[in-house]
Amino acid sequence: MAELMKIRTKLVDGSAHIVVLIIHPMETGQRKDPRSGQAYPAHFIQSVTASINDKPVLVAQWGPAISKNPLLGFRVKGAKAGDSLVIAWEDNKGEKARATATIA
Amino acid sequence: MNQLRRLILKGGAGGGALACALAAGLLRPSAAFAAEWNKPAFEAKAVADALKHIAAAGATESAEILIKAPDIAENGAVVPIEVTSRIADAESIALMVEKNPFPLLAYVDLANGAEAYLNTRCKMGQTSVVKVVVKAGGKHYIASREIKVTIGGCGG
Repeated sequence: MAELMKIRTKLVDGSAHIVVLIIHPMETGQRKDPRSGQAYPAHFIQSVTASINDKPVLVAQWGPAISKNPLLGFRVKGAKAGDSLVIAWEDNKGEKARATATIA
Repeated sequence: MNQLRRLILKGGAGGGALACALAAGLLRPSAAFAAEWNKPAFEAKAVADALKHIAAAGATESAEILIKAPDIAENGAVVPIEVTSRIADAESIALMVEKNPFPLLAYVDLANGAEAYLNTRCKMGQTSVVKVVVKAGGKHYIASREIKVTIGGCGG
């Protein structure tokens, strides 16, 4: 199971610019195996939550049409250097991952 | 964490109601603040239905929502979309691609200082209008923009 997540943060004018890259297949369930004609089963992230210092700042619900290896960029006003950032996701198969970073 | 999950899943499959309840409790620690996945909205096949399910039917057109995206996307599997809203008190942002099999792409709730900004990459089956719905101050605002796609990113 891919548990890779890359998190990049940058402080610009008192707001934290955060970019998260998640490694995930994001299978829509519509793509077919050319040999068997069977559709690959859907496998995609349904929810992503971001919290700073244990307070949720962003709760995303995703459909399967978000690209493979999804990118999520967002900005949080008032975040300071040293604040702790937690990103957690869960997909439609119940797989989940969590990553932490410090805002710098 | 994964091993624990596997154990719990095994227990659940064995038929113990207690194990099931435990699994449900342990697997959803985020449920306290994460809204349940809005299944009807994500499975809606038309923009109007999806709008209804996110309670945004009748959203007002707004020029204060900026959608930054390529006019022509060569690869429909990866279309970068950047949304910025200048409407004060944004609470949520929803992204939709009109001609995708399921138009709703993402529904994002913002809280505790998160700005009305979102950057993501999505799949587009064909040339389509992209719609962004921003909820601000209890009202819904909508903006759209067409993106031309040369190679679709949905089928196979």
